Amino acid sequence: MLTIKNLRASVEGKEILKGINLEVKAGEVHAIMGPNGSGKSTLANILAGKSDYEITEGEVTFLGEDLLELSPEIRSRSGLFLSFQYPVEIPGVPMISFLKASVNEHRKYKGLEPLTAGEFLKLMRSKKDMLHLDTELTNRSVNEGFSGGEKKKNEIFQMAMLEPKLSILDETDSGLDIDALRIVAEGVNALKTADNATIVVTHYQRLLDYIIPDFVHVLHNGRIVKTGGKELAFELEEKGYDWIKNGNEQSL
Amino acid sequence: MSVIQDKITQADQLVSLFEQNREVLNQGSSPILNRIREVSVKRFAQAGIPGLKNEDYKYTNLKAAFEKSYRQELVRESGLINLNEVFKNNLPELDAHLVFLVNGWFYNGNKPGSELPKGVVLGSLEQIANEQPELIQNYINRQSGLSNDPFAALNTAFAKDGFFLFVPKGVIIEKPVQIINLLSSEENLRVTQRNLVVAEAGSKVKLVVCDQTLTSVSYLVNSVSEVYVGEDAVVDVYTIQNHNNQSTVINSAFYRQQRNSVLNTGTFSLHGGLIRNNLKVTFSSDHSEANVNGLSFTDKKQHTDNFIIIEHASPNCLSNQIYKNILDDESTGAFSGRIHVARDAQQTNAFQRNNNVLLSDKARMQTKPQLIIDADDVKCSHGATVGQIDEDALFFLRARGIGEKDARMMLMNAFAHEVVQKITIESLRERIDELIEKRLNGEIARRHE
Repeated sequence: MLTIKNLRASVEGKEILKGINLEVKAGEVHAIMGPNGSGKSTLANILAGKSDYEITEGEVTFLGEDLLELSPEIRSRSGLFLSFQYPVEIPGVPMISFLKASVNEHRKYKGLEPLTAGEFLKLMRSKKDMLHLDTELTNRSVNEGFSGGEKKKNEIFQMAMLEPKLSILDETDSGLDIDALRIVAEGVNALKTADNATIVVTHYQRLLDYIIPDFVHVLHNGRIVKTGGKELAFELEEKGYDWIKNGNEQSL
Repeated sequence: MSVIQDKITQADQLVSLFEQNREVLNQGSSPILNRIREVSVKRFAQAGIPGLKNEDYKYTNLKAAFEKSYRQELVRESGLINLNEVFKNNLPELDAHLVFLVNGWFYNGNKPGSELPKGVVLGSLEQIANEQPELIQNYINRQSGLSNDPFAALNTAFAKDGFFLFVPKGVIIEKPVQIINLLSSEENLRVTQRNLVVAEAGSKVKLVVCDQTLTSVSYLVNSVSEVYVGEDAVVDVYTIQNHNNQSTVINSAFYRQQRNSVLNTGTFSLHGGLIRNNLKVTFSSDHSEANVNGLSFTDKKQHTDNFIIIEHASPNCLSNQIYKNILDDESTGAFSGRIHVARDAQQTNAFQRNNNVLLSDKARMQTKPQLIIDADDVKCSHGATVGQIDEDALFFLRARGIGEKDARMMLMNAFAHEVVQKITIESLRERIDELIEKRLNGEIARRHE
C-alpha cells in the first residue's frame, strides 16, 4: 500500500529525515516510536502533503501512485488520512459544513453522488455513537473550544466518516486521559479491516496496549534504527530511549 | 503650490455651480432645507476638498474623483424603473417594507404607506419637508451641522431629496424597512442624497439600505444620513454597498442616541471603486449601547475607508466596534476608529477591534485606532491585526480532501462570519452570506462589467 524508499527531507536547510525506508501492506498496523525531535511528526506531515519541507531524495508510492506528486486534497481523497498531533481550531467554519464538504469531496472523487442532508446526518450519528462523541460538538465551529481530548476524538471521528485506506495517527495519545484513550483506540480498532492499514506515531508505549501493532519501528535522528514486533515497544518502555540512542551511537 | 491651486479649483467649481443654480436648488424645496444651504456652501468653500495632508483623509485621496466631470440632477428627473429587472443585480430580496430611490431621489412609484403601522411616515424628504415641516425642522442638520467634514457641508448645500423615516413614540415596525438606492445614468453622474431618520422614544425599527449601481459610468455619491434614536428606542441600520469600479462613494452617517437606547449598525462594502464611510455615534444621554460593525471586500484597485467616531459624551454607555477587511490584488483599505470619552462620561465601556486579511503581496491596509479618554472610570480596549489566511487551517482542510480554492473560500467566509452573525435580521444574514459567496467567487464583479 505504502512504500517509502530512502526518503530524505530538510526544513530551512536542516536535514530532519536522513533516509527512511518503510513498507506498509494492507491489513497491517505499524507503530513508529522515537524520542522527541527524531523526525516522527515530520514524516507524518510529509506523507499528508504539508509543504513546509524540502524533499531532497527518495520516493514514496501510495497505492501505485507517486505520493509526493499529489496535492494534499488528492492524497486525502485517494484514501490517506492524517490524524493531527495538534488539531487546529477554525472559528467560523461549522463542523457540519466542513465535514459534509469533506465527505462529499471524497465521494465525488470516487464517482459517487453527494450524500443528501438526511443521509449525511444518519452517517454522522452512527459514527458519533461509535466514538461516544458529544452531540453538541458537531454544532460548533471546527475544534473551537474543544478540550485536548475532544480534539483528538474529533480527529478519529473524521477518520470514521472518511474510512481511509491508510491512517496515520500522529501522537493521538498525547493529551488523552485513560478513558478517552480507550475510546479512541476502540474506534481505531473498530475501523480496522483487512484492506486498510494504520501507522501509529507515538512517543509512549501505552497506546500500543490498545492498538496492537504488527511492527514497531524506532526512529532516531532521522533514521529507522530498529524494527521489531510488538515486544520491541515493551523493551523500549522498560529501557528508555537512551538504550536506542546509545546503541545507535555505538553502532556508528 | 499646484496642490493648493487644485484645491481652490475643484472647490471653486462646486461653489460656482451652487451660485449659478441657487434658484433651481431652492425651487420647490422647503425653507427648512433652503435656509441651511448658504452657511454650508461657505463652510465647504473654506475647507475645500480635503487632501492627504488632512489627518482625517490621509489614507483616502478624493481629489481624482472630483477632477472628473459629472452631470448633476438639480431637479427631479428620474423616470420609470423596471422593478423586475432590478433584483437581478445581487440585491437581497427580503420580506420588507420596500422603497426605491433613483440617483438620490425618492422614487415616485413607491407605495410604502399601507402596510406600515399607524403614524409611521416613510417618504421623500423633499415632499415631507414641504408638507410636514414640523417632523423635520428640529432634526435636520442638527448633527451634520456640527461636523467639520467638508463633504457634510457640501451635501447640505446641494441637498434636495432622500428618504425620510419617522417612527412615532412606542411604535414597533416588525418587518425591516428596505431602502434601495439605485444609481442609473448613461453619463457620469454626481449624486447628493440626504436622509433623515427619527425614531421616537420606545420605538423599534430595522433598516436595510442597499446601494446599487446599474450602469458602468462614473458615479460620485455624497450621501448624508442623520439618525435620531430616542429614549429606550432600538434602531438597526444595515448598509450594503455594491457599486461599480468607476464609482466614488462618500457615505456619512450621524447617529445620536438618547437614554437607554440601542443602536446596531453593519456596513457591508461588497464592491466599489472607492468607498469612504464616515460614521459618528454620539451618546447624548446615559445608559445606551451601540454596536457598530463593518465588513469590506476589495480587489483590483478598489479602496475602502471606514472612519468611525464614537462620542461618549454621557456616562454608563457601551460601544462595540468590529471592522473587518478582506483585501486582494492591489486593493487598499483604511480603518480609523476614534473613541472619545468625555470627562463626565464615567463608567464608559468602549471596545474596538479591526481585523484584516491580505490575500496578496500588493494589498495594503492602514489601521488607526485612537482613544481619547478624559474620564477616569472607564473600560476601553482596542486591537488591530493585519495578516494572511491561516496556513495551518488551510492545510487541515486540504488534508481532509477539500480543494485549495474551496478551502480558502471557507476560511474567508469564516473570517467574515463574525460580522455577519451580528446581523439581527435572520433572512438578511442568509442573503449576506450568499452575497459574500458571490463576491468571493467573482459573480458580483462580473455583474458590474
